Amino acid sequence: MNVWLEKQRHLIDFTLASLARRKTKNLGLLLVYTLLVAVLASLTLFTNALRSEAAYVLAGSPEVILQRMVAGRHDLIPPGYFDKIGRIRGVQKKEGRLWGYYYDPVLKANYTFMARPAEEVADGSIMVGATLARERGLAPHNTISFRSYSGKLFAFEVASVLSPDSELLSADLILLSENDFRAFFEYPAGHYTDIALSVANPQEVRNVAAKLSEALPDSRPILREEVLRTYQSIFDWREGIMLTVLAGAIFAFSILAWEKAAGLSAEEKREIGILKAIGWETGDVIRMKMWEGLLISLSAFLLGLVAAYIHVFYLGAAVFEPVLKGWAVLYPRFALIPAVDGLQIATLFFFTVFPYTAAVLVPIWRAAITDPDSVMR
Amino acid sequence: MRPSSFAFTLLGALALACAAIFAHSWQLTASDQSRLLANQALVSHLGLTDLALFSEARYTRHPSQADLHSALQDHPGAFDHFPTGSLTRPPAHLTANHERLAGKTTSPD
Amino acid sequence: MIELTQIKKAFNQGRPNEYWALNGIDLSLERGKVTAFCGPSGSGKTTLLTLVGCLSRPTSGRVRFKGEDISGLPERFLTDIRRQSFGFVFQQFNLIKGLSALENVILPGFPTGRPRAELIAAAHILFEQLKLTHRANARVEWLSGGEQQRVAIARALINNPEVIIADEPTANLDTVLSREFMAILEGFTAAGKTVLLTSHDPLVVESTAVHRVIGMRDGCLVDA
Repeated sequence: MNVWLEKQRHLIDFTLASLARRKTKNLGLLLVYTLLVAVLASLTLFTNALRSEAAYVLAGSPEVILQRMVAGRHDLIPPGYFDKIGRIRGVQKKEGRLWGYYYDPVLKANYTFMARPAEEVADGSIMVGATLARERGLAPHNTISFRSYSGKLFAFEVASVLSPDSELLSADLILLSENDFRAFFEYPAGHYTDIALSVANPQEVRNVAAKLSEALPDSRPILREEVLRTYQSIFDWREGIMLTVLAGAIFAFSILAWEKAAGLSAEEKREIGILKAIGWETGDVIRMKMWEGLLISLSAFLLGLVAAYIHVFYLGAAVFEPVLKGWAVLYPRFALIPAVDGLQIATLFFFTVFPYTAAVLVPIWRAAITDPDSVMR
Repeated sequence: MRPSSFAFTLLGALALACAAIFAHSWQLTASDQSRLLANQALVSHLGLTDLALFSEARYTRHPSQADLHSALQDHPGAFDHFPTGSLTRPPAHLTANHERLAGKTTSPD
Repeated sequence: MIELTQIKKAFNQGRPNEYWALNGIDLSLERGKVTAFCGPSGSGKTTLLTLVGCLSRPTSGRVRFKGEDISGLPERFLTDIRRQSFGFVFQQFNLIKGLSALENVILPGFPTGRPRAELIAAAHILFEQLKLTHRANARVEWLSGGEQQRVAIARALINNPEVIIADEPTANLDTVLSREFMAILEGFTAAGKTVLLTSHDPLVVESTAVHRVIGMRDGCLVDA
């Protein structure tokens, strides 16, 4: 065991001394490799953290939301709709919701307006999301005016700014009273945007949805589990331009690594001949090269993972921000709560460490079985 | 220092750092915990359904609430008119909702 | 110590460019002596050394080393014997560029699993004997021809082999350095090592340090 260990350490010593001969080239390769792993790992960590945060937080959203569909787009809930729903067993509470979008030409951004009961937000005042408040420079007791879609100007006093901790959920939110909402959007009286239903027993939810569809064929119930599933499948592997761009980088690196690892120079072939002539076995040469591949890819993987963790959870995933932002003006500032999926990291490990090590070994196999007397010829 | 010892030390330190990452991510800090709970409370209080990650279009602002055609309503040209449209797919339940239109009708055809 | 019977060696056997480098060699080599193979290039002397040194196997015939037939052994065992019993000094020295003299010298010790400290200590003793201590940490490509050869010699000795095989050891050396090499050779004899070398340098062939000269031509032994 000790002899075996000492032998492996000798092989590692040699492979490191060999790598040190072309320091810039090999360090450059390690750097590019690390960067690639870091970007891939960042993507995994980021999406995983976002998913688990969404799953945790959105577990509090309404069990069922009922929308009315007209010609494939959702429409207002007309008066009398509530009565049609009637009494469905298991439904604890049904509540008409009022919300909509407003485009603010000042910021060139979309806001989400949401009506709240009068005891929460008084007429004439609003509560705003922290991102919006920051972008528009709003503080409590400031007055802001919006021109409604009908052309009238409405002034509101900012009652409070929502907690910056909730930016991921409330970045563009404006909460206002129901009266203000109806007046601002000229929302017809008695109409609602959609209906939120609370169902106490989670096993009843599907039955309730089925009954709703039956009673109101033009309606569409959206279940909480569907909302959660939406966020479970968000940023699936293969999704998005980010990955398309990344795929290019992965292929470019694969070519580079293959070129570097698989292309065996005449010099290296000569060295292998020398090593074999002075008493190294074919297996020793292959093990030595395997250590080289393993050391480079393992360092790149570990360095990349640490870098990705820092990037995602301490630097706010700055690399992805421009992509996620898209054309949105209001981009929430949020610190994701660290969540690491062991399986994903293991997959990343497998796909970064093994191909490189294999790429190093393939040509060596051919070179290492050459006759040792070649150096004498 | 022997090259292999140097490599082992370095890899060992990195492996420890990675182990620390796992340990760190497993244990929620008290402030994280309270933030999550506060956000969950906000969601159930306001009845929120979506993350405010992309606010440029309604089908990206509220992907779970949008209808299947909203992307086309926002712009008649392309489904992926907004960059984020290529980051998120229309959720499965949107298409599933239209499946019942195939064949089965309650009234005679 | 080494016995060769009816040794034949062909290259590219069965192909149009088939070439017989050795045509039936019978030879017995004694322990503790310096034997020089002498002949023009292409006479098969280097091929003979590769067979004796377990670098390759004969096409037919037997090689016996210390009474054991080694001509039919698989490569693994040949490598073992080569590592333990033979030290090589190549014509081009065949040092690994970019590594220091010390790193080059300890290379043959790696597969044995000897501790690094022990190998380095052994290398330093050899450097002292070969008057190379001051160059131990220099990269081999910065060394002069004579220094490079002494590094190659130290590398051949690191596993303390019984037989030293040197292919044209003086081909790249001037007269002064060649004489120095012959002096080192005498040291080997004093240490009881068997030395086999090839040369057509009169300085080597006529030296008193060489006990036996074997002439070769066209893959056969001839009188020197």
